[in-house]
Amino acid sequence: MEMLLASAIGALSAAGIYLMLRLRSFPVIIGISLLSYAVNLFLFATGRLAVNAPPVLRDGVETYTDPLPQALVLTAIVISFGMTAVIVIMALGSYLSSRSDTVNITRDTPAEQEGDA
Amino acid sequence: MNHWIIAPVVLPAVMASIITLTVRFHPQLQRIFSLASCGALLAIALGLTAVAATGSIEVYELGNWPAPFGIVLVLDRLSALMVLITAALALVVLLYAIGSGWDQRGNNFHALFQFQLMGIFGAFLTGDAFNLFVFFEVLLIASYGLMIHGGGQRRLRAGVQYVIYNLLGSTLFLFALGTLYAVTGTLNMADLAERAAEIPVGESGLLRVGAVLLLLVFAIKAALLPLHFWLPETYAEAPAPVAALFAIMTKVGAYAILRMYTLVFGPEHDATADIIPPLILFAALVTLAVGMIGILGARRLGRLAAFAAIASMGTLLIAISGFRPETTAAAIYYMIHSTFAGALLFLVVDLVRSQRGEARGAMTPAPRMPQHGIIAALFFASAIASAGMPPLSGFIGKLLIMDAVRDMPEVWLIWSVILVTSLIGILGFAQAGSAIFWKTTTPEPVPEDADAAPVAATPTPALPLVASFTMLAGIIALSVFAGPVTHYTEATADQIHTPSGYINAVLGQR
Amino acid sequence: MDTAGSFLPIIAALPFLGALFPGLMIQAGRNTCAAFTAAPTILALVLLLLCAPAVLHGEVLQFQLPWLPKLGLNVNFMLDGLGLLFAGLILGIGLLIILYARFYLSREDPMGQFYTYLLLFQGAMVGIVLSDNILLLLVFWELTSLSSFLLIGYWKHLPEGRQGARMALVVTGTGGLAMIAGMLILGNIVGSYDLSVILTQKDLIQADPMYLPALLLILVGCFTKSAQFPFHFWLPHAMAAPTPVSAYLHSATMVKAGLFLMARMWPVLAGTPEWFYIVATTGLITMLIGAKIALFKDDLKALLAFSTVSHLGLITMLLGFGTKMAAVAAVFHIINHATFKAALFMTAGIVDHETHTRDIKRLGGLRHLMPITFVIVTFAALSMAGIPLLNGFLSKEMMLEEASHTIWQGNHWIVPVLATLGALFSVAYSFRYIVHVFWGPQRDDYPSKPHDPGFGMWAAPAFLVVLVVAIGVAPFLAEPLVRASAGAVIGGALPEFHLKIWHGITPALFMSGAAVLGGAILLALHAPLMRLWLATPRPEAKTMFDAITRAATRASRAFTSGVHNGALTRNGATFTVTVLAAGWLAWSSGETLSESREMLPIAAVPAIGWMLLIVATIGLVAFHRNRFLALMLMGIVGLIVSLGFVYFSAPDLALTQISVEVVTIILLLLALNFIPRTTPVESHPARRMRDALIALTGGVAVTGLTYAILISDFAFESISAFHLANSYKGGGGTNVVNVILVDFRGFDTYGEIIVLGIAALVIFALTDTVLKGRGGRWLANWDKRKYREAGDRHPLMMVVATRVMMPIALMVGAFIFLRGHNEPGGGFIAGLIVAIAFLMQYMASGFAWAEARQRVTYHATIGVGVLVASVTGLGAWLAGKPFLTSAYGYITLPPIEKFEWATAMAFDTGVFLTVVGAVMLALNSLSSMARRTGETVNIFPMDINPARADADGTDEGNA
Repeated sequence: MEMLLASAIGALSAAGIYLMLRLRSFPVIIGISLLSYAVNLFLFATGRLAVNAPPVLRDGVETYTDPLPQALVLTAIVISFGMTAVIVIMALGSYLSSRSDTVNITRDTPAEQEGDA
Repeated sequence: MNHWIIAPVVLPAVMASIITLTVRFHPQLQRIFSLASCGALLAIALGLTAVAATGSIEVYELGNWPAPFGIVLVLDRLSALMVLITAALALVVLLYAIGSGWDQRGNNFHALFQFQLMGIFGAFLTGDAFNLFVFFEVLLIASYGLMIHGGGQRRLRAGVQYVIYNLLGSTLFLFALGTLYAVTGTLNMADLAERAAEIPVGESGLLRVGAVLLLLVFAIKAALLPLHFWLPETYAEAPAPVAALFAIMTKVGAYAILRMYTLVFGPEHDATADIIPPLILFAALVTLAVGMIGILGARRLGRLAAFAAIASMGTLLIAISGFRPETTAAAIYYMIHSTFAGALLFLVVDLVRSQRGEARGAMTPAPRMPQHGIIAALFFASAIASAGMPPLSGFIGKLLIMDAVRDMPEVWLIWSVILVTSLIGILGFAQAGSAIFWKTTTPEPVPEDADAAPVAATPTPALPLVASFTMLAGIIALSVFAGPVTHYTEATADQIHTPSGYINAVLGQR
Repeated sequence: MDTAGSFLPIIAALPFLGALFPGLMIQAGRNTCAAFTAAPTILALVLLLLCAPAVLHGEVLQFQLPWLPKLGLNVNFMLDGLGLLFAGLILGIGLLIILYARFYLSREDPMGQFYTYLLLFQGAMVGIVLSDNILLLLVFWELTSLSSFLLIGYWKHLPEGRQGARMALVVTGTGGLAMIAGMLILGNIVGSYDLSVILTQKDLIQADPMYLPALLLILVGCFTKSAQFPFHFWLPHAMAAPTPVSAYLHSATMVKAGLFLMARMWPVLAGTPEWFYIVATTGLITMLIGAKIALFKDDLKALLAFSTVSHLGLITMLLGFGTKMAAVAAVFHIINHATFKAALFMTAGIVDHETHTRDIKRLGGLRHLMPITFVIVTFAALSMAGIPLLNGFLSKEMMLEEASHTIWQGNHWIVPVLATLGALFSVAYSFRYIVHVFWGPQRDDYPSKPHDPGFGMWAAPAFLVVLVVAIGVAPFLAEPLVRASAGAVIGGALPEFHLKIWHGITPALFMSGAAVLGGAILLALHAPLMRLWLATPRPEAKTMFDAITRAATRASRAFTSGVHNGALTRNGATFTVTVLAAGWLAWSSGETLSESREMLPIAAVPAIGWMLLIVATIGLVAFHRNRFLALMLMGIVGLIVSLGFVYFSAPDLALTQISVEVVTIILLLLALNFIPRTTPVESHPARRMRDALIALTGGVAVTGLTYAILISDFAFESISAFHLANSYKGGGGTNVVNVILVDFRGFDTYGEIIVLGIAALVIFALTDTVLKGRGGRWLANWDKRKYREAGDRHPLMMVVATRVMMPIALMVGAFIFLRGHNEPGGGFIAGLIVAIAFLMQYMASGFAWAEARQRVTYHATIGVGVLVASVTGLGAWLAGKPFLTSAYGYITLPPIEKFEWATAMAFDTGVFLTVVGAVMLALNSLSSMARRTGETVNIFPMDINPARADADGTDEGNA
C-alpha cells in the first residue's frame, strides 16, 4: 500500500512539474495545483498510514492515526487554495491587460515601466 | 508572561482588518491608521529590543500550551533586532509611499501593507517551523498584492512569475517540513534542535534531505543563486516603496538560515555540518559576482538597484556561511546595513524616475531634473553605501566581514571575490551616475502653440525627500555608532551560537 | 593625550565641516563663497602651525578615539614630521588654490559646488596624512578617490571630464581595494592596525611569509595613486579638470598620497631586496617614460602632467633605494616639486585663461605680452630643470648623488646613466615650456589677445616662486622641516647631512651638467624628433582602458540579460534541477535507513483508485491543451485524492479537499470564460523531452522520498501523542484535528484565515486595477457570441435545483460548523459549503442576477471575520492568559440536555466568516469582469424568451 501512495504522489509531482514548465499560464496553474495535491498527500503521509483509525476520540478505542499531519495538511490546503485563487485572477488580469497568456517575459512584452503606475 | 511579544503580529492584523472594515473609502483615514500602526510598532519594537538586550530569552506560549506541543513565539536578541529593523524601515517607507502618492494608485494598499508587516514580524518571532511556513505565506501573499499594486502590463506579467516561483518555493517548504517531521516527530524549533542532535546515524539521510531542502527554501527568499530568478524583474517592476520594503524580505530568508542552521542544524551537528556551510558559501560567492556584474550590465536604474540587492545578499551570506560567532556578528551588522542601503537605493531610483520625464530610469541623456542637485547627492550617497565605499556602513560591514572570515580556509577566495566584485560594482555605479546625472541634455524649448508638452518632470514634494534623507541618516548613524552596534551584534552572535540557552528557554530546563 | 594632540581631529574635521558652507554661501556672492572656503583652511593651517614647534623638536602628537574597537578601526591621529610636512603642503597650497580658483572660474561655473568638492578632497588628504590607524587611513584614502572623482568630473558637459573622472576613480579605486587586503594582512601580522605599533615591528613583518603579498598589495595602492608605471595613464586624462584642480591634485596632494604612504611605511617595508627591486625599478621606469612623453606633448597641461609622472617616479625611485640619504633626498624633492609644479600648473592655467589655448604649437613670443607670467614660469621651469640657485637643483643633485652609487643586479652604471637620462629629458621639456611658449617671434593669431592677468590670479604662483628661489638660495631655511620629516620617514637616527648648494666636484655635478647640456641639445633637435615620435606607433593607454571597460560592460550586459531572460519556463527548470541535485547530494552522502515498519497489505479498492489516479494524471498531461477537459480531469484527481483521505482515516481532510476542489474548479471555470479555451503547441519537441525528463526525475525522487519515509518509523515519539491525550481534557473536543486547528495550533489557523483574507483583498484590488486599465476597455467591447458555448446560459433545471439546494446547503453548513469540535467538520469546511451554495446561484443565474441580490459587502465580512478571531484570541488576556488560550464548559438547558460552549467556537466563527467573505469577494471580482463584458442583469432568473431577446439585443450592441 505504501508503494501505491508513494508512486501516486510521485506521479502527481511529475505531471505537476511537467505542466509547470509549460509556456501558458493555464497549464502552469494546473501544474501548480497538481504539485499542491502531491505535497498535501506527502505531508499527510508523514504521519504514516493507518486504516480505520480516524483521530476522533471514541471510548474504548486506543489506536488513532497521527492527527498532527492532518491538521497541517488542512492548513496547507486552505493556504494553497488562497494562493491558487490569487494566481488565477492574476493570470487572468495579466491576460486581459496584455492579451497574451504566456508566462515568459519576452521581447514583445511591453517595455519596462519600472515602477510607473 | 510578556504579552508585548505578540503585539507586532496582532496589532497590524487588527489594524488591517479595521482599515478594510471601516475606512475603505477614506484615503486620509487609511493613511492615519497605517501611520499610527507603524509608529506604535516602532515603539513596541524598541521596547522589545530593550528587553532582549538584557540577554534574556522571552518565550510566549500561544494558547497557553507548553512547547513543543503548542506554538511559541521567542524573543531573543536576533529576533528583536530584526523586528526593530523592520519597524523602522516600514515607517520610513510608509512615509515615502504616502508622500509620493503611491498608496493611492490602487486599492487596499494600507491593509496589504499592514498584513505584510504582520507576516514579516511573525516570521521573525515564531519558534515553530510550521508556523514559520504559515507566516511566510502571509508575507508572501501580501507581497503579491503590493507588488502588482497599481497594475500595468509588464508589472502583472512579472507579478505572475513572482507568484508562481514562490508557489514552487512554498511547495518545497512543505516537502522539507514533512521530511523533518517524519524523522523527528516534532515541529518546534527548539525541540527539533534537541532531537536532530541525537538522530541515530542510520537516519541521517532523511534528516540531511530535510535540512538541505529547507535551506533551498530560504535560499529562494534570500535570492541565493541559482534560485534568485524571481528577484530582478520583481524588484525592478514593483512600486518603489514596495521594492524598498522588500529590502527586508530577502533578509527574512537570511534570518531563517541564520536561525535554523545555528539552532537546529548547527555547525556542531555532524549529521549536517559537512554539507550546509559549503553549499551556502559557494552559492553566495556566485551570487555576489552575478549581482555586481548585473550592476555593471544594467541598462536601467531599476535593474541596477535590483542587482545591487542581489549582490548585497551575496556578501551577507558569505558572512553567514562562516557559522562562527565572529562571522555571524559581522553578518548581522551587514544585514542592518544592506536593508537600509537597499531601501534607500530604491527610493532614490524612484525620485530619479519621477523627475526624468520620459527617460525615467533609462541610462540615456535626459534634461536636468528639477531637483537635480539634491537627487544627485542622494544617489551619490546611496551608491557609496551600496558599493561599500567609505565612509558609510557598507565599507565598515565589508571590512568586518573580511576581517571575520580570516580564519576560514577559503579566506583568499572570499577576499578576492569581494574585492574584485567591489571594483565591478564601483565601475557600474560610476557609469550609471555619470550617465544619469552628468550627461544632461538641454531640453529643446516647447513651441508656444504646441499644447502637447513632453511628460511633465515635476519636482518632488517634501515628504518623500524627507523619507529618503531619514533613511540616509539611518545609514550614517549606523556608520558613526558602529562601535555600539557591533557590541550588540557580537552579543547576538554569541547568543545564537549557544543554542542551549534558546532550547532551555523554550523547553524549560531538562 | 596632550592639548596639542587634541588639535589633530579638529584639523582633520575642519575641511569637512567647511564643505557645508560654500554651497550655501555662493548665494552671497563669489567672494563670500571663496572667503568661507578659505576660512576653515586657514584655521586648520593655524592649528597645524601651533603644533609645528613641538613636532620640529621631534615630538609625536597623538589623539585617540575608539570608533570600532572590535575591528581595531579607531579614530587615532598622529602628527610627526612627515605628517606635518604633508599637512602643511596640503593646507598651504590648498589655500593658494582657493585664491587662484576664485579668479580662474568663470561666472558660468557653479563655484559653490567646486569649493565643496575641493574642501572634501582637502579633508580626505589631511585625514590620510594624520591617520595613526591604517584602517582609518583606508577610509580617507578611498575618500580621496571619491572626491577627486567629483573634482575631475567637475565640468560635466565635457566628455573628457566624465571619462577622465571615471578612469581616475577606477584606477585609484582598484589600488584602494588592493590596499584593503594589504592592510588587513599587515594588521594580521602585527596584531594591531595602529601605525605607531606597526612601525615598531620591522623584523616581525619582514620575517613573515605574508610580507611579500602585503607589500605587493600595498604597493599597488601606492603606485595607482601616484601614477607609477604601468598605472600612470590615468593622470594625464585627469587634466580635463579645471586647472586649479590639476594644480592641486597633481602637485601637492592626490598623487603625493602614494608617495606619502610609501614614506610612511618605509621603516617597516623598506630595506629588503623585494622592496628595492620593485619600488626603485618602477620609479626609474616611470621617471624615464614620463619624461620622454612629456617632451612630445603639445598640450601645456599634458606636458606638465607627464612631467609630474616623471618626478613622482624620481621620488619613488629614491624611496626605493632604501638608503637613509635617499629618503632625505626624497622628502626634500617632495617639497620642491610641490612648490614649482603647483606654480607651473597655475601659470599654464593663466596662459590658457588669457590666450584661450594650451596648444604650444599655437603659442610663442608671449614674453612681452605677459611679462609677469613669463618671469614666474622661467623661475619655476628652471627649477624643474634643476638649474642651480633654485630648489629643484638641490634635490636633483642629491638624487643623482644617490643614483651614482646604486648597484642594480650587480650593475654599477645602469642606474646612474638612466637617472641622468631622465634628468636630461626633464631639462628638455622644462626649457621647452619657456622657449616654445614665451620666446620666439610674437604671433598675431592667438585665439584671444593675451595680457597678464589680475593680481589675484598671479599672486599664488608668484608666492610659490618666491619659495622656490628662497629655498634654492638659502637651503638651510628648509633644513629643519626636512630633518623632522626625514627623521619620521627613517624612523631612526638621521645620517649626517647639510642642505647646501655646493657639494664640491662630485659625479652628481657632472651628471647634472651633462643633463643640462644634453637637454638643451635635445630641445634644439625637437622638430625632427617630434616627427620621428609621431611616426612611431605607440600604445594609447586611454583607448586600451576604454576598450577594456566597454568590453567589460558589454560582456556583463550580455551575460546578465542572457541569464535573466525573463523565461519562467527556464527558471522553473533550473529550480527543479537545483532542488533535485541538492536533494540527491544530501541523500547520497548520508546514511540510508532500513525498513522499520511492516507495510499495509494492498487492498482492492485503493488499488483501483490508484489506477484511476494514474490514468487521470496521464490523461491530464496528454490532453492539457484542451482546457475544459483538463479541468474535468483535475476534478477527478481531486476527487480521488479526497477519497484517499477517507480511506486513510482523515475525514476532515476529505471534506476540506472536496469542498476546496469544488470552489477551485468553479473559479477556474469562470476564469475560462475570458481566456482561450485551448493551449497552442509552441515548445519544440526537444524542449518537451527535456521537461519530461526533468519531470520524471522529480516524480521518481518524490516517490523515493515518500517511500523512504513510509517504511521507517519516527525516530522519536511524535508530539501528536500529547494532542491525542489532551484533546478532550484540555481542548474540550473529541475531534483531535479540529482541536489542534482551533486550539493547540490555533495560531496557524489564525495566519491561515489571514492568508485567505489577503487573497481576497489582492484579488479585489487587482480586478479593480485591471478593469480601470486596458483590460477593462477590452472587456467592454467583448464579442460574447465568439465565446458562447450553449444557447441558454442559465438552464431552467439548474436554476430550480440550485434554488432548492440553497437552504439545504446552508443547513448543512450550520450543522458541519456546530459539530466541528467533536466530529469531522468545523468553521472552514462550513464556510466553504455555504460559499458553494452561493456560488451555485452565480452559476445558475449568472453573475449579474446574483450580484443584484447580494446585500452584504464581502470586505466587511472578511474584516469582521479576522476581527472576531483576533478578539477571541485577545480575550484570553482578560484572564491573564496568552493569546488564543481557549476556555470551554457545559451548560444544561432544560429542553436539550448538556451542550458545550467553547471560546474555540467563537474563533471558528471568525474562520467561517473570513472563508465565506474571501470566496465571495473573489467571485464578486470575477463577476465585475463579467458585467464589464456587458452582461445585463437578467430580469428573470433564467433564459426564457423575453430575457433572451434582451440578452441578444445587448450582444448585437456589443458585437
